[in-house]
Amino acid sequence: MKVLVPVKRVIDYNVKVRVKADRSGVDLANVKMSMNPFDEIAVEEAIRMKEAETATEVIALSLGPTQSQETLRTALAMGADRAIHVVHDGDLEPLAVAKMIARIVAEESPDVVILGKQAIDDDANQTGQMLAGLLGWAQGTFVSKIEAANGSLKVVREVDGGLESVMLTLPAIITVDLRLNDPRYASLPNIMKARKKEIAKRTPEELGVDVTPHLKVVSVEEPPRRKSGIKVGSVGELVDKLQNDAGAI
Amino acid sequence: MAILVYAEHDNQELAAATGSAVTAAREMGGDITVLVAGSGCGAVAEAASRTAGVARVLLADEAPLEAQLAENVAPLMARLAPDYSHVVAPATTTGKNIMPRAAALLDKQQVSDITEVVAADTFVRPIYAGNAMATVQSTDDIVFVTVRTTAFDGAEESDTAVPVEAVSGAADAGLSSFEGAALSGSERPELTTARVVISGGRGMKSGDNFAMLEEVADILGAAVGASRAAVDAGYVPNDYQVGQTGKVVAPELYLAVGISGAIQHLAGMKDSKVIACINKDEEAPIFQVADFGLVADLFDAVPELKAELEQRGIQPR
Repeated sequence: MKVLVPVKRVIDYNVKVRVKADRSGVDLANVKMSMNPFDEIAVEEAIRMKEAETATEVIALSLGPTQSQETLRTALAMGADRAIHVVHDGDLEPLAVAKMIARIVAEESPDVVILGKQAIDDDANQTGQMLAGLLGWAQGTFVSKIEAANGSLKVVREVDGGLESVMLTLPAIITVDLRLNDPRYASLPNIMKARKKEIAKRTPEELGVDVTPHLKVVSVEEPPRRKSGIKVGSVGELVDKLQNDAGAI
Repeated sequence: MAILVYAEHDNQELAAATGSAVTAAREMGGDITVLVAGSGCGAVAEAASRTAGVARVLLADEAPLEAQLAENVAPLMARLAPDYSHVVAPATTTGKNIMPRAAALLDKQQVSDITEVVAADTFVRPIYAGNAMATVQSTDDIVFVTVRTTAFDGAEESDTAVPVEAVSGAADAGLSSFEGAALSGSERPELTTARVVISGGRGMKSGDNFAMLEEVADILGAAVGASRAAVDAGYVPNDYQVGQTGKVVAPELYLAVGISGAIQHLAGMKDSKVIACINKDEEAPIFQVADFGLVADLFDAVPELKAELEQRGIQPR
């Protein structure tokens, strides 16, 4: 089985984001960037499939600026076999991303595409579902368990009410949730080895995808701040405040 | 303008989340049609037809739609959508699963998880785990929107029922099949609609200790939630998780117990009306968003809290 894993370079999840003074977006200058945490889980799962000999090849794919190469190097250091970088500066919407991944799928013919369920920057939670729609493939979203079963994949999905099992025929799209696995750290030798692995460069134009945004960002603002609260000295005082000051109980 | 709202349901009951989507749709303006897709879901359509502000209900009651698999529902939605200016769904796991697939089939860019309707084509949505709020304007001729249900009031019931029309032609795409569900099912109020939520974190130390929170929850009529750390540690099931990637809640009162308050957790509860917390680490970030913070060992404070509430005769509202 050939596995394609799209990965996104995003602001590191530990960084406190700051909105730009001109309200045009979030300040990304001199901010630590990392692989989207959900995508790390996707890479880890693909590598485990290879280690279990379910997968034969793992290809990492990223769409973004020159620096997205670093994100691909991380995926290669974790164990991906090779990488494809679609070079593009500026924002890409999930639909455009899904279209470009669909073109790469047409060239590479993977059996499964594993993605993070959402990116922690725009929190859109769309790309995997859109890709599945464009390709006419089965989709397993918010997945916390994957089992191969005679040419199909059985997935467990984390849904609002609990867990749900769905059987997917191949080829299929999977978007992963937090509890699927704990991604590994790349070892130093593997980081060195990853430097020699191939990253093929592509462009949206070559892929024939129009990336013109459908959405216009009018403004980006700080969320309303909560008034600072108080510390109470005892459980009695806490209950008193909740009952008499806040009227919450 | 005409708006299609996708109903959230389990083939038996119309979920409250649908009402929030209807409220958001009313703010966009236009005649509202609710689509009930499922199997054996006539009672849901009946309930939807009595939702204030709804002009008509489409009932797609067919076997391939029973589990609301995205592969089978999205083509139906894409077939109906061209008669509407907007397609709206609650940002539940069902809505999140189906909507982007349908939008892509029509070459539309969905706007996810809106918290405010500025104009018919312009919406506010949280990005970066709610640490920034983006106002975005759609240029699509059919605007696909998912709605953060806690940001919009539920819809009221109407005295008169609007017409229910049957829609047929749903097919099994043959791509996926529903195998089964393990739903937690609780007697307590549902997390996203509860008036009071009491959540436990890593500080709870074990799943058994959540019984302490459940006792307090029973007194307050509260739902029980958890931080990611508590779910990852296996203390409670995944559907308890409150946060950026779990459930977003905005109750009248949110009580965080043994939760440090990572950005990802705050994203799921910081719009609560009143926030109280109990944590023994006074440096924990949760204190920065709490209206009332108590620095204490939860294993002393929670039983004391239960006793105090009982002594004052506090009842669920």
